[in-house]
Amino acid sequence: MQFFKNTGGRKIVMAVTGILMVLFIFAHLTGNISVFAEPGSINAYAAKLHSLSLFVWAYRFIIFSALSLHVFFGIQITLENYAAKPEAYEVRRNLRSTFASRTMIWTGLAIAAYLIFHLLHFTFHAVFPVKHIDSSGRPDVFRMLVLSFQSFFISSVYIAAIAAVALHLAHGIQSSFQTLGINNERTFPVITKSGMLAAIIIFLGYIAIPVFVLAGVLRFL
Amino acid sequence: MNLTLFIWRQKRPDEKGRLERHEAKDISPEMSFLEMLDAVNEELVKNGNETIVFDHDCREGICGSCSQVINGVPHGHREKTTVCQLHMRHFKDGDIIYIEPLRAKAFPVIKDLIVDRGALDRIIQSGGYISVHTGGVPDANAILIPKEDADTAMDAAECIGCGACVAACPNGSAMLFTASKITHLAMLPQGRIESARRVCMMTESMMNEGFGSCGNHYECQAACPKGIKVQFIAKLNREFLKAVFKTYTPF
Repeated sequence: MQFFKNTGGRKIVMAVTGILMVLFIFAHLTGNISVFAEPGSINAYAAKLHSLSLFVWAYRFIIFSALSLHVFFGIQITLENYAAKPEAYEVRRNLRSTFASRTMIWTGLAIAAYLIFHLLHFTFHAVFPVKHIDSSGRPDVFRMLVLSFQSFFISSVYIAAIAAVALHLAHGIQSSFQTLGINNERTFPVITKSGMLAAIIIFLGYIAIPVFVLAGVLRFL
Repeated sequence: MNLTLFIWRQKRPDEKGRLERHEAKDISPEMSFLEMLDAVNEELVKNGNETIVFDHDCREGICGSCSQVINGVPHGHREKTTVCQLHMRHFKDGDIIYIEPLRAKAFPVIKDLIVDRGALDRIIQSGGYISVHTGGVPDANAILIPKEDADTAMDAAECIGCGACVAACPNGSAMLFTASKITHLAMLPQGRIESARRVCMMTESMMNEGFGSCGNHYECQAACPKGIKVQFIAKLNREFLKAVFKTYTPF
């Protein structure tokens, strides 16, 4: 029998790749926080990352593979699920499902769309480029962030995307534990609440940068 | 009490159905939901109209035949209640009630409110046998089973196969049903021998019958008239993980 064709097999892929990406999101967040330290520190952090090119490329390869599998199977499973429920009820009442659980495919696609923009913007500098070198000769990440987020448009798109991430994770984290079978009546409420809490931490942590830039707290001296 | 019903009418599986309005008059609060429908049908017969076709058997909440989706909830809004055990005292005079069949690709409508739930039987069949000793009758309780395990197995075995979980699931998945069958055998030593093969065959069969995948919405548990818990789905997933390395090739 074929693992990648079974309903359980593909769900395990979704759960494992999902958890990998959650770990990445937290790692990314800890990097971001250096923007709140002294002005040069996020530039130093970026320069340090770039110097570890083998590590960075291995990291990118793993995350990109996880993302591709997650998107591919996510879309495939959703299309199958739509086909399994061809006729809608005239009257429908939801009892336990949440807004987050019912919108997984839409928040997922929104995140994928934003990711393309995010990479074009901050990684490849193809859109809204701010390329600048700081006084130590490093790429000036701090200036890039501040100038970008001073645009209300860029900040709102970013905050909306982070909201999609948070919604996706509010369901996704506990869902991945259930799929991997790490769940019983005792751990269920703990896992569900921890998943929600992680989603809230990610939301607040990520939107802090655009919010502080727009509020004028993060700026050039 | 008097009620307005909007009931799904569909002559044949391949025909398009629609909601039809019926008035239920002088309904006693002591009646069960099915008895209320019986009363409506008697009125239809009196007037020479075709009766509303619905499934029922034991009328005591253990057979799982009477599945209907009432006001958007399988078996109606009362927790852990089958339609036959849903009493009219839980409705008010003048209520508008929508009655629809269970909806899923794997449950084709046969007529009106009756759907073909044979797909659930075929999932059970695909699970196969358990190995037992032949020969003399073994002593009762010769195999010792921890009380907790026996309780869990019995909790899972409470599933009456009514299909409410499938009807409630936004993905039309039969995961709660399959998980309860997997769990009640996997918890007992007699069921352990074929457990790997069983979980693989039953999940494959579930997919092939056209059921969707579990999205962990947990609508199934809320709709289940027997209160089967989604933790059994986690148990199925654990059984599946254990079986993967024995049974599966990647592609």
